[in-house]
Amino acid sequence: MKHFCVDFMKYRKATLLFSLICVLASLGLLLFRGLNLGIDFTGGNVVQVEFSTAISVGEVRDILASVGQEGAVIQAYSDVGVIIRTGIGDDQTRVAVVDALREKHPDLHVVGIEKVGPVVGAELRKEAMIALGLSLAGILVYISVRFQFRFAVVSVLALMHDAIITLGVFSLTGMEVSSSFIAAILTIVGYSINNSIVVLDRVRENWNTLKSDGIITLLNNSINETLSRTINTSLTTLLPLIALFLWGGNVLRIFSFALLIGLIAGTYSSIFMVAGMLAGWWEKSPQRV
Amino acid sequence: MLRRDRWRLLLVAVVVLVALFLVFPVKGRINLGLDLKGGAHIVLQAKDTAESKVSEDSLERLLAVLRNRVDQFGVAEPVIQREGADRIIVDLPGVQDPDAALELIGKTALLEFRAVVTSTSPIPPAAERKNYDSDAEFERAQSRWNEAVKAIDDQKEELERQSASVESGVVARADEGRFYLLGPVLVGGKDLVDAKPQYDHLGRPVVALAFSSEGAKLFDTATFANVGKQLAIVLDGVVISAPVVQERITGGNAQISGRFSAEEASRLSIMLRAGALPVAVDVIENRSVGPSLGEDSIRAGIQAGLVGAALVFLFILIYYRSLGLAADASLFVTILLVFAGLITLKATLTLPGIAGIVLTIGMAVDGNVLIYERMKEELRAGKTPIASVDGGFKKALTTILDANITTLIAAAVLFYFGSGPVRGFAVTLSVGIVASVFSNIVVTRTILQLFMSTRTAKPAASRS
Repeated sequence: MKHFCVDFMKYRKATLLFSLICVLASLGLLLFRGLNLGIDFTGGNVVQVEFSTAISVGEVRDILASVGQEGAVIQAYSDVGVIIRTGIGDDQTRVAVVDALREKHPDLHVVGIEKVGPVVGAELRKEAMIALGLSLAGILVYISVRFQFRFAVVSVLALMHDAIITLGVFSLTGMEVSSSFIAAILTIVGYSINNSIVVLDRVRENWNTLKSDGIITLLNNSINETLSRTINTSLTTLLPLIALFLWGGNVLRIFSFALLIGLIAGTYSSIFMVAGMLAGWWEKSPQRV
Repeated sequence: MLRRDRWRLLLVAVVVLVALFLVFPVKGRINLGLDLKGGAHIVLQAKDTAESKVSEDSLERLLAVLRNRVDQFGVAEPVIQREGADRIIVDLPGVQDPDAALELIGKTALLEFRAVVTSTSPIPPAAERKNYDSDAEFERAQSRWNEAVKAIDDQKEELERQSASVESGVVARADEGRFYLLGPVLVGGKDLVDAKPQYDHLGRPVVALAFSSEGAKLFDTATFANVGKQLAIVLDGVVISAPVVQERITGGNAQISGRFSAEEASRLSIMLRAGALPVAVDVIENRSVGPSLGEDSIRAGIQAGLVGAALVFLFILIYYRSLGLAADASLFVTILLVFAGLITLKATLTLPGIAGIVLTIGMAVDGNVLIYERMKEELRAGKTPIASVDGGFKKALTTILDANITTLIAAAVLFYFGSGPVRGFAVTLSVGIVASVFSNIVVTRTILQLFMSTRTAKPAASRS
């Protein structure tokens, strides 16, 4: 039976360059455009209200301006529902805003409020960085023990690529980054590695052909032999994520979008980056067999 | 069928039965997080003030007072716990009015009776455009008002200068904008034995106080010394009323009438009964979700989950045919086990947690994909179907374990650092990983063994 076979290694310089450009572009976006951080990170007050009849953002803004809150960020999530972000203030500001709205629209309904102090936001930023570092370190150690150090380094680099690109896309789209975004990034880190493991597992299994075939053929064979796995496992995870993105409601839409981007970047990096980096490393300094 | 296989079949049957027993009927068995069932999540930070420093002891007393207040407020299953050295988390499920809850737990409720030395005039109500005929008149009224406010500010500064010469004198604001210069504390909230909401003879809500015998004596002395003068009732540094003492009050009973509603009177009574907070607190985090929003979230989550699951079931069935049926059956067991696990662990299901379950559905079949692709390779290498099932499982096992352990590492980190909803996601993800590994390597295998024993002649995998 003839096997479907692609010479991935032939394109490895181009694909690695592509990844590098994506990563640099994402870092540039993060540096110059930044992320749209939600109140979980910045601290602030958010109140979510629903009116009994359709209302425009402009109308809400006019009412807010009458109580000196023209700077509030108003976002409509449905015909009757708006989310109002009033910045870091005390509860008085929020109460004033709701009272002013209620005066014009007596049947207004407060469906949720969120207040985060600036201290909490700063802590979350710090904890997010520590959590990301810890999980990457944990995976580095685990892969080093189960496989070998080089495998661990290239797969963790691929994970960082996935995480950075997800951050870059969020910077580009201006989607709000909340505490659940950290959960999405860590899940990407924990899950994207799976496809790399499948490939690396096959590399380890084919290791005895290294002498006869050379590293390039070995890597190519390993990717090709596991390609149907990589694609199918990614597809089966993609399907529920798409469902969440389309039907999961406002909060989960952003969360599943982050996971979608991470999953796509992760599948790409498992197929194109991990083996490519291994090959490059090998050519620079071959290991003893 | 080998003996080993029979044991495996028995294990799967027992696990599935126990899980079914645990899970059904689902209603009411799963703890829902505040983001799904509605309620208020409030984080308080104790802070040092000149009067009281934050200490281990004061924090414990703070907890006790908060518990007392929340219990009397009547919230079902509140959670009040310490976090770190100086924080307290208060979770109040099902609270409809988060602002009322905030008032109840965030207020120190330090009650003092003080003699009034002197006071400024009250601030007149601000001018409103609709009461004036022309803009010019309105502007004049506004400037008059501004002058009045400024005059009161000057008077207030004068009071502050005077306060130095009064024994433990303080300047306190009243709700209507007037400032008072107050003398020493004559009676305090700690001398109370009871407080309850009542209505006075005009039908206005008031709070009736009963003093301890010690407090009654102090109150007696205070009223005796101040007949014909004002006595200020001060709550958390704000004068809520300053009635003129008509006569000496001996019975140890008093009444506070301020400008409060019936709800406020009842809340104030609760706070006075439960006692003042031993240290001042700041609300540093407050997330409240109305029950309707939570219901919407659950509905959307279930809908997305069902569609996602249906897509995965179909994909596997179309791609792997009869093998896909086995994978789908094992996916069903995984979902069952996830719910059984969440119920057994008494875990809290949050909105991201629902996403975790939906994600698990997609990740759980990964193991099946790995096993089936291996089996195809074994078949291609010329092994018999039974041998390829064995080989497929054996060789895919380490890959499945490695892949899932790395995901568990990330989930563990998330659990450690996350709070509330995010932690809920970490829990469902972890439970999902464990359940799917079990289903992949035990349940799928059992189902395939059953297949094989009934149709050994046919090759198991018809596609490659």
